[in-house]
Parts: sequence; C-alpha cells; structure tokens
Amino acid sequence: MLLIKCPWCGERDETEFSYGGEAAIKRPLKPKDLNDKDWADYLFMRKNTRGLFLEQWNHSVGCRQWFLVERNTVTYEIISTKRMNSDALNSEDSQ
Amino acid sequence: MKKYSAFSLFKNALTNNKNWQASWRDASPKSKYDAIIVGGGGHGLATAYYLAKNHGMKNIAVVEKGWIGGGNTARNTTIVRSNYLCKESSLLYEKSLKLWEGLSQDINFNVMFSQRGVYNLGHTLQDMRDIERRVSANQLNGIDAEVVNAQQIKEAIPLINTSATARYPILGASLQRRAGVARHDAIAWGYARAASELGVDIIQQCEVTGIRKNGSQVTGIETTRGYIESKKVGVVVAGHASVLADMAGIRLPLESHPLQAYVSEPLKPVLDTVIMSNAVHGYVSQSDKGELVIGAGIDSYIGYGQRGSFHTIEHCMQAIIALFPNFSRVRMLRQWGGIVDVSPDACPILSKTPVEGLYLNCGWGTGGFKATPGSGWTFAHTIANNQPHELNAPFSLDRFSTGALIDEHGAAAVAH
Repeated sequence: MLLIKCPWCGERDETEFSYGGEAAIKRPLKPKDLNDKDWADYLFMRKNTRGLFLEQWNHSVGCRQWFLVERNTVTYEIISTKRMNSDALNSEDSQ
Repeated sequence: MKKYSAFSLFKNALTNNKNWQASWRDASPKSKYDAIIVGGGGHGLATAYYLAKNHGMKNIAVVEKGWIGGGNTARNTTIVRSNYLCKESSLLYEKSLKLWEGLSQDINFNVMFSQRGVYNLGHTLQDMRDIERRVSANQLNGIDAEVVNAQQIKEAIPLINTSATARYPILGASLQRRAGVARHDAIAWGYARAASELGVDIIQQCEVTGIRKNGSQVTGIETTRGYIESKKVGVVVAGHASVLADMAGIRLPLESHPLQAYVSEPLKPVLDTVIMSNAVHGYVSQSDKGELVIGAGIDSYIGYGQRGSFHTIEHCMQAIIALFPNFSRVRMLRQWGGIVDVSPDACPILSKTPVEGLYLNCGWGTGGFKATPGSGWTFAHTIANNQPHELNAPFSLDRFSTGALIDEHGAAAVAH
C-alpha cells in the first residue's frame, strides 16, 4: 500500500485516496477547430509513462481535494506531492 | 522434432527421461526477417505460429525481453470463456474458444484445456437483468449460454453460500458450459515448440530499444542484441505497448495497471468449475494440483512494477470468503502481479498503425489469456495480408477517432 502525503492533510494510507490518472491534460480551448483525430487524442490517448510520471490523486475520504503526485511507475516511489494550481501545472507544461 | 505421445512418454521413461529433446531452438538473431514479432508471450508466439502455419511465412522471429512464458501468460488465472455481450467481441472470443477446443491436437502439446464451465454470478436484480440480456445476446451469436438460479448453483457447487441472508445474496448466474480453464504455461511452451518446428526463430533475452523507420515505413528494430531488419513488425507486448508504440511515435489509449493473482495451499477437490462475481468482485477456480486460483481487480494506479497493493489483496479475499465461507481458514501460498494494458472500452486493439508495416496487438486488459489462439490467428492474418481479418477489423486503432468503440466495459460479465 502506498503512503501518500496529501498536501493539505499529511501522510495517509492509499485507501483514503482515489486515482485520477495523468495530470496536466489540457481541455482544448477552441473545440470547434478540432478534428476527430485531435478529439481522440484529447479524450483517449495517454502518456502511460514508464518511469517518472505526474498524476492526479483525490483525497476522497479526507479533505476531498485534488492534488498532484510525482511518482515512479516502476518502483512506485512517490517523489513529491503538491497542491494543484496553475503554477504547478505550467511547470509540467514547460518540460 | 519428435512428436509427443503416450509411446514417447513410455520410451523416455525407460531411459530415465534423459533423452528428451529441447522443446524449441533458442535462436540467435539473424540480420533480416520477413516478419518480426516483438513479445514472446502467448499472443506473440501464437501469432508467429499462425503466420508460419496459415500464411506460409517461414523467415520469422519472435524477440522476447525476458524468457518465454515469464510475463502475463504465466501470471493469469487461466480462465477461458466467450460470453461477451457485444457481437464484435463475442465472435472474436468464440473463435478463440473454438481454437482452444482443438489446440492440444493441433500443436501436439497438452494445454490441459478443461471445459468445466464458468458461472458469472448475479447478486442484485439489475445483475440478473444484465445476465438475461447477455445470455440472450450470446445465444443469438451462436454461443452456448444459459441462466441458472440459486438452487441450481447450490446443487452444482455445494460449498457456495447461497443463503438469502448473505450480505450480497446470490440470485442466479449465467453459465457457459464450454468455458473453463487451461494450463497457462503450456500455451506458451506449446506454441513456442510448434512455431519453432515450423522454422520460427525464438530469441530470448533480446530487448527492443528502438523502432527504425524510413519515412512512414518501418525498416527494423534496434535491440540489445543488435539491429534486426524487417519490413513487418508486430508488437505484442501487453503492459509495455505504450512504451513500444512511443518508439514509433504513436500514442495509444492505454493505461497499464498491476493486476494481482493468488494461489492457496493445495486442497482436496472442492470446486470443479469456475466462479466469477462482479458484485463482490472476485473469481476462483481450483487447479489440478489442488490450489485455489484466485483473482480480482486491478490496482487503481498506473504501474509497471509486477506487484500491487495489499489492500487490493484484502478486498479480493473478502470477496472469495463472502462466496465460500469455508475458505476462510485456507492459507494463501503465493501472490504475484502482472501488468495489464487497459483500453477505454475494455476491448483490445488488433490493428494496423499509421506506420506502414507496424502492427499492434494490445489493450487486452485483464482478460487476454482466453483470447490467445484467436488473437494470434487474426493478428497473423493482419500482418500477412496487411489488412485485418473480418473478426479483428472492428478492433482497429482508428475506432477511437471514428467513435466506433465497442462498449464492453461493465457489459462483458467481467470484473474490470
């Protein structure tokens, strides 16, 4: 079981959280300009990274906040957790 | 290759079993092949076998990062069935089930396919409505299926708890009598042996590190054992499909999760069929060695480590004990994880790709084992003819942009 540090509540067992998958997926700003392939890319295609991965978790039976977790998907080691805000998401964007 | 038979067993027993041949050639890579299959699991080996057998291709290699039968083929709970709701998937799995029925003879390897039936339990009124619907759909597609009530279940499986006061009472089930279990290792070894016999090079300890292209045409693969040239490359790597596709610049709609399975200490025969339940979320059968073979759901997070969380184990055990209170004192012997590649519609991708000569067989999620023969059969057709077989045409990568998804999620009698 993972021990996850909620940025609001501190370290708690994995069972208190629910998983939200890949983080920083941007909703298209001009949906009308998108073709079917672009929509498929936004809706379905995922990085599914092997290694360091930025993902979103929800403290669903705690404070119910969404937050970001950087985790190694091979060793499952959690590198860091941080509150979800535009700064955190934009820093991922620039990578 | 010497044929396996009762006579060969007897003859080798006389010489203390010292003269058995190796089952397949452990080949070294040549510089060029007509087709390369990446991934030496059941699906990859089946693909190579049917490429050689059905399509007359002889210059084929299967490259495997680890060893034959060390991945998901060896890590599943061995259930084989075809009672899916949607027509597209039920026909694909039924093709597979039909191949299973003659497989031991076809590849001269006892895959121990045992058609002991699979019960998919219903615990609520809605479960029972879904079961009625699925059974009717199966029958319309020519697949054997029937609805049984709680009393019939109790008569067939005396140990099961059909008490009306149970937390999740069993109201009935769907039953597919032709479904069952098979020996998981045997399917890898059997296909490897049969493919090797037809000239396929099986190359172990050979990890693919890159896919080379010329324009939009694949030209070969970079591996830890050097560059291998081929204009046809079939990628059949389950949990690592996204990693391999990324080497060719293709994004996939997959997420890889750990899926755990468990076996108990060996018991005397107590369960001669397969029980699955979505509502309490677990499935169980008994192996020929007497172990209870148990599985349940995936761990929620993306994971490439072949292990999962303890609370997932606990959840699974709760489910099994709810169905079989007698099993509460059975000790579990082993537990392990495999990496399953889950697609948004819980259906596989058996498809050509935007890269010419590159083919994908992935997205089987939690239920690929049963499909091994049919997957190989249709994927071999796709690679040999550069166009899909009619059975796998609906399972293209394009369906995610055309919208023609095959919505098996929650409909397939399966606990996802």
